[in-house]
Amino acid sequence: MISRLSSKHLLGIKGLSKEDIELILSTADNFKDVLNRPVKKIPSLRDVTIANLFFENSTRTRLSFELAERRLSADVVNFAASSSSVSKGETLIDTVKNILAMKVDIVVMRHPNPGAAVFLAKHIDSKIINAGDGAHEHPTQALLDAYSIREKFGEVKNKRVVIVGDILHSRVALSNIFCLQKLGAEVMVCGPTTLIPKYISSLNVKVEHNLRKALEWCDIANMLRIQLERQDTKNFPSIREYTMMYGLNMEMLRSLKNKITIMHPGPINRGVEITSEVADSDQSIILNQVENGVAIRMAVLYLLAADTY
Amino acid sequence: MQKRLLLNSKHFEITISRLCYQLIENHNDFSQSALIGLQPRGVFVARRIHRRLSEILNSEKILIGDLDITFHRDDYRRRDIILPSETKLNFSVDDRKVILIDDVLYTGRTIRAGMDALLDFVRAKKIELLTLVDRRYSRHLPIEPDYIGIQVDTILSEKVKVYWKETDGEDAAWLITEK
Repeated sequence: MISRLSSKHLLGIKGLSKEDIELILSTADNFKDVLNRPVKKIPSLRDVTIANLFFENSTRTRLSFELAERRLSADVVNFAASSSSVSKGETLIDTVKNILAMKVDIVVMRHPNPGAAVFLAKHIDSKIINAGDGAHEHPTQALLDAYSIREKFGEVKNKRVVIVGDILHSRVALSNIFCLQKLGAEVMVCGPTTLIPKYISSLNVKVEHNLRKALEWCDIANMLRIQLERQDTKNFPSIREYTMMYGLNMEMLRSLKNKITIMHPGPINRGVEITSEVADSDQSIILNQVENGVAIRMAVLYLLAADTY
Repeated sequence: MQKRLLLNSKHFEITISRLCYQLIENHNDFSQSALIGLQPRGVFVARRIHRRLSEILNSEKILIGDLDITFHRDDYRRRDIILPSETKLNFSVDDRKVILIDDVLYTGRTIRAGMDALLDFVRAKKIELLTLVDRRYSRHLPIEPDYIGIQVDTILSEKVKVYWKETDGEDAAWLITEK
């Protein structure tokens, strides 16, 4: 196995090799072990400073990154666009350059514009971790999803995964497709035609518009949220109609031939894409995903920080 | 490259047995003690000691664990990254006497990291150190072993390499001098 990542940054899954992904997953095993110790903190990154720049709202990802950073003993500064000079008209580069002038080693950034992380990596001399850029990529989410599948099934290879819902606006979907395919899984997307992008066929994924057929095919269903904040045009008549066609309830789950595993990247709109009963059932690994998120982010930070000295 | 044999297979066996008897003098039946091998090479010594101790004491209850120290090393970001190994501690270390075990004691930095890693599993009653080979006069830290298999005087350009029947085909310790 390789001992370092081929990339200086984590901008997306597309730029990672299969070996990179496997290195991150196996390193995360060790961090998961650390997280179950009485003392959950290790000193590795005690001389590293990390800035979390969130130009878009986030609960899980921000908390998860911050916890991972603190567990590694890094110094952490947080930045939220809503309470900053961005609202006074400062550009992205200026904001970040000013933060870096305060001697920051790693930048974790979420931004509403696709490509923001790549743009930053080209213009500043610091490690960048993409924590979600618009509808483009969300690499750590895909890594923790793959890790959770590997944890449950032993490996990702040859597993059948269906991603259900708003594929068009989802960075989770795109990163998951890249990650799962690199690890040898079969991927299907399922949703209304209006929420499946036209280019999807170029990614070598199956497309299905009937939820039952998709669920009968798969081992794992990743149920995405309808991104209400990104719907600039009406892509479906109503939430109620979406739920009737693509919402997963217990009745449907029980009627399937196989006992499939349910995943969700959060936040859940309970009663829309999945019912509470499904989310809290023994087939759901949603909370395992959250727990694994911290271990995955610790692994990414640990591997990337290794050559910041 | 020059090689000098420090321990052959027979001496190896005798040394392990002697270390076991020394341990028994201080730890009796091991009911309040635990052996912990440092990853990656110390775990071989620990397993061998554990096997011999179990034979001598006719006990199957002696506790043994593996401890990885990677995350507590002081050279992270100063050299090529070292990937972690597994930590296996299926018992509580709290209030136990722990014997940290490694194959070669050189600068003492690994042991310092090992003690820090161990203290993450709460408070051991006492920590002792056992090493199969002690390279004298080369410490960077004030750390000395409690149990020593063999002591050797070495210089910086020399290396001590321990081979194991389980992985290398035979038990032996060699002093290697790079020319």
